Amino acid sequence: MSRDYGANRWARANDWDNRALRLDKFAVEDPENGFSAFNGAADPKPGLKISGGKVGIMDGVAAVDFDLIDAFIATYHIDPKIAQEAMMIPSEQLARMLVDINVPRVELTRLARGLTPAKLTETVAQLNAMEIAFAYSKMRARRTPGNQAHVTNAKDDPLQLAADAAIAVALGFDEIETTMRVARNSWSNALACCVGSVVGRAGTLFQCASEEAEELEIGMAGFTSYAETVSVYGTESAFIDGDDTPWSKAWLAAAYASRGIKMRCTSGAAAELLMGFHEAKSLLYLEARCLCLQRGMGSQGTQNGGIDGAPLAASMPGGVRELMAENLIAVWLDLECASGNDARHSESDMRVAAKVLPYLIGGSDLICSGFGSILKYDNSFNPSSFNGEELEEFLVLQRDFEADGGLTTVEVDRALDLRRRAIDALSHVLKDLGLAEATENMKNSVAVASGSNDTESFAPRDVALISEKISSNHVTVLDVIKSLQRGGFCEEAENLLFLVKLRVSGDYLQTSAVVRNNKVISAVNDPNDDSGPGTGYRLTETRRQELADIRDVLNRDEVLRAEAAFEMRETNSIRYQTMGPADLGNDIDEIVVGVSPGFGSKIFRTLAGDQLSTVLSALKAGIERGGCRMRLVRFWHTADTSFLGLSAARLSGSGIGIGIQSKGTAIIHQKDRLPHNNLELFSNAPITRLYHYENMGFNATVYACGELPAPVVVPTRGEALGARFHARVALTYAIETAMTQDDAAPENLEITFLEEN
Amino acid sequence: MVKKPLTANDYPIAETQPDEVIGTRGKPLSSLTMESVINGDVSMEDLRITPQALEKQAEIATSIGRSALASNLKRASEMTRLPQSEVMAIYELLRPGRATSVRDLLDAANRVRNDYDAQLLGDFLDEAASFYNQRGLFRRRY
Repeated sequence: MSRDYGANRWARANDWDNRALRLDKFAVEDPENGFSAFNGAADPKPGLKISGGKVGIMDGVAAVDFDLIDAFIATYHIDPKIAQEAMMIPSEQLARMLVDINVPRVELTRLARGLTPAKLTETVAQLNAMEIAFAYSKMRARRTPGNQAHVTNAKDDPLQLAADAAIAVALGFDEIETTMRVARNSWSNALACCVGSVVGRAGTLFQCASEEAEELEIGMAGFTSYAETVSVYGTESAFIDGDDTPWSKAWLAAAYASRGIKMRCTSGAAAELLMGFHEAKSLLYLEARCLCLQRGMGSQGTQNGGIDGAPLAASMPGGVRELMAENLIAVWLDLECASGNDARHSESDMRVAAKVLPYLIGGSDLICSGFGSILKYDNSFNPSSFNGEELEEFLVLQRDFEADGGLTTVEVDRALDLRRRAIDALSHVLKDLGLAEATENMKNSVAVASGSNDTESFAPRDVALISEKISSNHVTVLDVIKSLQRGGFCEEAENLLFLVKLRVSGDYLQTSAVVRNNKVISAVNDPNDDSGPGTGYRLTETRRQELADIRDVLNRDEVLRAEAAFEMRETNSIRYQTMGPADLGNDIDEIVVGVSPGFGSKIFRTLAGDQLSTVLSALKAGIERGGCRMRLVRFWHTADTSFLGLSAARLSGSGIGIGIQSKGTAIIHQKDRLPHNNLELFSNAPITRLYHYENMGFNATVYACGELPAPVVVPTRGEALGARFHARVALTYAIETAMTQDDAAPENLEITFLEEN
Repeated sequence: MVKKPLTANDYPIAETQPDEVIGTRGKPLSSLTMESVINGDVSMEDLRITPQALEKQAEIATSIGRSALASNLKRASEMTRLPQSEVMAIYELLRPGRATSVRDLLDAANRVRNDYDAQLLGDFLDEAASFYNQRGLFRRRY
């Protein structure tokens, strides 16, 4: 291989260029052009003047000069009775109150009703990322954390939507959200997810993101139970460009409530920048305006934290801290917060995991405002931070931190049952209501599919027709309930009836409402009472066990069972005979190989998967290649590699010994050296193969001649061997250490190879 | 006798007072059974939230310092009386450039007051008219 050493660039930079991270683009801070997380060129200083019970000046703008957003905030958000007291408190002091466990949440939410957007911004900007995370955890509205899933697919296939909705429900998502590839498929998507979402459990809230008027109609037909598409913006121009005003959005907010549908607004950093109307203001200040507006509108909550703008926010210095800060303002304003962690802000898995961590450990009303429960390519909203691919990573993070991210492992067998049930239920409804007929092949292909690339189901045109029929036949949720009941899907029918009955009382219109165990819980009856250790949300032992119970976990019996499978092969390959106590040898050509107590009797293969008989055969061959003779000794007093090696060396006529554990970790030792000052150590058992053992045997003979061989190199490619093997290693090693006996004498072993190795 | 406003202790009302949670056609929650659905005794009207339920939720929200949320629920309570077409027509009118003068919005305000007894919504639209005027929102956009 020829290399060009004349390059004028450090090759490491090429390595870096090839990492996923470098697909992300980063932007310099440029406040004049809207690229500033916290310090916009035109951010105002906080200030408020009330005259005659009305806001006269707010954040440097006189009432006569208010734009629509200022006007709305001044009219509906600012509470003149609290404003004077609240605005007098220095921002630094407010910042400290946010992280002070002795200042109750309700005192802070009371003060927030009198704070202007600039004051809220100035306050939270003083907190570092850790303090923001802590304050968020203290200030979020509902005590029990939750999560929301996206359920979509690239074909808008209703069978797959039903199956995936059932999975999302089983995983524990409190809300599921769908949208369409093709706008006219909305009714079909709504019906399919609605049916899937009542399989297995009642109470998962469901929304179908579509055009405002249609979304409300779908809600009125009873298919959906919440909405979060009411977007607001922080500048008037962006708002108008979005074809709305604060008043039109507030009208919608009341409209949803008047139809018994839960609603939250949406806003997130950098939306104004993406739309070209940033007014040279910082991301956080504009977001503070959005959030005050939402509180003023009487929205119970917000989907917030750089939603579609998250990737742009994250391109700026401090952008991710800003996303956390805007979420903090949301909960400080006493809003339910579906805290972003939605649109994937980076191609780097590390950046994604780092971003979600504060929310996972601190909790959030809905940690992700769209966790892709389906594969990335099936996510019609765009890939989320976490998707079907990364779902188990999230489950493991929950387990690692003993943090409740709202999800629970679903066994693979049960998952398939749920998918089939959802597909059968929907197929029945489609047929029963004269909408479409699914074949067995379609149903089977969807049940086992990981994503829509693997299905043979409804074609896009079929879906459009289904959707059109649902709409034109005025199918309602009552028709679906009756149909489910007719088809024998009684549990699903009951679950769906339960869900639509929720809207009669409107209990889930209160802040942060979700349904758990057939009961509405919200910031009213499950308020976050976090005031330090022992308060706020704590895992119950049952929930802790659920988080621990991920797929494929090792235990001691498992390891022994796996070993037993290899025992038979070893029985047919080698026979060990104990030949009595092992004494000091006097043959200068002998190399003693000392094995651990369970070698070949309890454990039968190395971590690299090689049978122990073949390892002994390789060592023997290497030793004989060097003109020496192998003497095999079993030690009972230790299972430690260093001591096995040194003990072997001290019995060896040549003064050189090899120690080897059952799992394959080996050492070459010399009788006069200190225990941990060996000649060669082979610590990476999982990648130590037979030819390494052969060379090890040979090198031992070179040392025996008093010469210095080239050490055997076991090259690593950087595998996280600890992660891959340590659980098994610890269990295996414990089996061996349990067999050791103090002062037990070593024994000579005679081995017979029974077949060609 | 004036009833005391509800508080957080009365929440969720579906659990604390199921007999007083009554649909628009007078059916209490407990009568909305699977049997009655199958028999065709339940219509979508029975599954609609009522002004009374929204008022109750507003009282609960007020009791725990959520007055803005309560105001929205009160507007919603009035809005239950508006047919869907009116709700959407006024929403459309509130979008930028749809109303061509203050008059359009003031007319809508009077309509909801007179036809649907919706005082709060009327005030809300009056206010929009005044701010839209101040910001010159009555220009055509398309």
